[in-house]
Amino acid sequence: MAEKTKRKTKRSLEAREARMGYFFVLPWLIGVLLFVLIPLGQSFYYMWFNIRITPLGTKFNPVGTGNFTQIWLENPEFPQQLVTYIWQTIVEVPVIVVFALIIAMMLNGKIKAKGFFRLIFFLPVIIVSGPVMNMLVSEGASTIPVMNTQVVINALDTFLPYSMAQSIGDLFGNMIMILWYSGVQILIFLSALQKVDPSLYEAAKMDGGSGWECFWKITLPTIKNFILLNAVYTVIFMSGNEQNALIEMIKNAMFSGTKEKGYGYASAMAWMYAVVVTLIVLLFFLLLGSKKDVYDRIAAKRKRALRKEERLQKKVRRRNQRNVRKIEKARQSHRYKTYDGKSDY
Amino acid sequence: MVYALLICIGFVYLYPMLYMISTSFMSRDDLLDTSVKWIPNHLYLQNYVDAAKSMDFLMSFLKGILIAALPTLCNVGICMMVGYGFARYDFKGKKIMMGLLIFTYILPSQVTMIPTYVLYNNMGILGTIFTFIIPALFGNGLNAPIFILIFYQFFRQIPKVLTEAAAIDGAGHFKTFFRIAVPSAIPAIVTVVLFSFVWYWNESYLTELYVQGLSAKSNWTNLVVQLKNFDSSFQTRASVGDTATSLNESVRMAATAISILPLLIMYLILQKQFVESIDRAGITGE
Repeated sequence: MAEKTKRKTKRSLEAREARMGYFFVLPWLIGVLLFVLIPLGQSFYYMWFNIRITPLGTKFNPVGTGNFTQIWLENPEFPQQLVTYIWQTIVEVPVIVVFALIIAMMLNGKIKAKGFFRLIFFLPVIIVSGPVMNMLVSEGASTIPVMNTQVVINALDTFLPYSMAQSIGDLFGNMIMILWYSGVQILIFLSALQKVDPSLYEAAKMDGGSGWECFWKITLPTIKNFILLNAVYTVIFMSGNEQNALIEMIKNAMFSGTKEKGYGYASAMAWMYAVVVTLIVLLFFLLLGSKKDVYDRIAAKRKRALRKEERLQKKVRRRNQRNVRKIEKARQSHRYKTYDGKSDY
Repeated sequence: MVYALLICIGFVYLYPMLYMISTSFMSRDDLLDTSVKWIPNHLYLQNYVDAAKSMDFLMSFLKGILIAALPTLCNVGICMMVGYGFARYDFKGKKIMMGLLIFTYILPSQVTMIPTYVLYNNMGILGTIFTFIIPALFGNGLNAPIFILIFYQFFRQIPKVLTEAAAIDGAGHFKTFFRIAVPSAIPAIVTVVLFSFVWYWNESYLTELYVQGLSAKSNWTNLVVQLKNFDSSFQTRASVGDTATSLNESVRMAATAISILPLLIMYLILQKQFVESIDRAGITGE
């Protein structure tokens, strides 16, 4: 009896805890519904329509896939920019991440004036915003004048598709801007590096491991997850960045006065854009995702085997109980007869 | 070797800033004079005066502070609550909700932008600051998923013993939250306040769309939006003859300089908090 009430209070305590959890999360949940999920559905609905705003109200005119054919066949700018965006992201994100890692490793070493250098490398985070960047780029402050990017582009163009050569060329042209995007990433790597156990390096050094080996065998596996984190962060940052011509295009289409554009057209653009961004994120997940290392895999295997064993034992126990019950029942209904007829064992 | 490399890269980092500062002090003669490369012949401040006037500096600055500060407050409060809820309690569907959180982060805001714009329009808050405050109140402010995750990480590190001890001493769920969780989360709060403020301050795309209300054109504006429309606003003023010079790169650089000046000052004062923020907030404490 005491056992039972105890369990009951425990369960109700759990239920109360869960209720409190829901309570704490509730505002966010409502917000997601109101500002993300419902608008998401709406814009999915919008993209099959041509929407005109008239003084009498908003007119929805179903056009089927008309918006998409419009975008792909009659407006060459959007597909072109989309391709540029994809190449740009795929080329620039690894550069940013690798660069951030290098800087972080340099700053993590024993150097003087660490605070000062951190100050410099973090500065861009504060001032990077679309208009500021546009201003600086348009005045040529973002390129080092010595670099001639056209030569690079021409050289690459001979053996790469043009848009890819172009984006690699842009990479050199906009080197400073790209470096400027790596402020947060540097900090994340720095604090990740500081959490690597120094005794690991000592042990490796004892065994005669070089710095190079240490980097590949200790540092990199430890901070692997943060590389993924930084890559995803960079993709998202670049997708919402105002340097990105696509999002400006979507906004312009939204308020465009022409007959075929408008909300529906812009929704279709936005959806395609979102799908592309998600695919790029997925790509990085696949490339960098946690392939667990050997120990993890062995541990997981052991755990699986253990669980299987447990299940088996449970099964055996249950069957035992069932059999006992069956025998008992049979005995009570006197189906078992002993040889002397007393029906008792 | 490392120093040389760091100094080189540091210079490359600072190059745009140096270029901006040096150019912004040049008069027109200096700009045309090819012998003047970095250091202007004399300190020419008229660029700054002109730029500040045509950006309506003081008003944009004050409004910019409001636009950044109020949503930041809401953001911090709600994100802290949600992060605490995720970290402290176990409930059904928590994993799905965390997945949803990541999803809202990955989803570009452009997809939801149009219906949200219509929604705000129907609510009649388009062109007011409430377009930033209300989503922030519901935990969907700018970059809110990141902040929720920061708080989540942070609150998970609080030993459960602490909250259990509080519960035994008779503190309710809210008392535990306000008396134990919040005070211990000061480092995370500092981080979130700083980043949220900076991100809201630098946001021009959504500010222009919602707070200014693109077609409604209200008076709400901030320095970054002003900078975006600087060329046209300067030219209208110049055509009336209100400015000392016509539009040239020194004026534009001066405008850029004053639009980042407030944050720059803030950064120099709070540098330690900024630079150590990620460390202390334990984002990486997986």
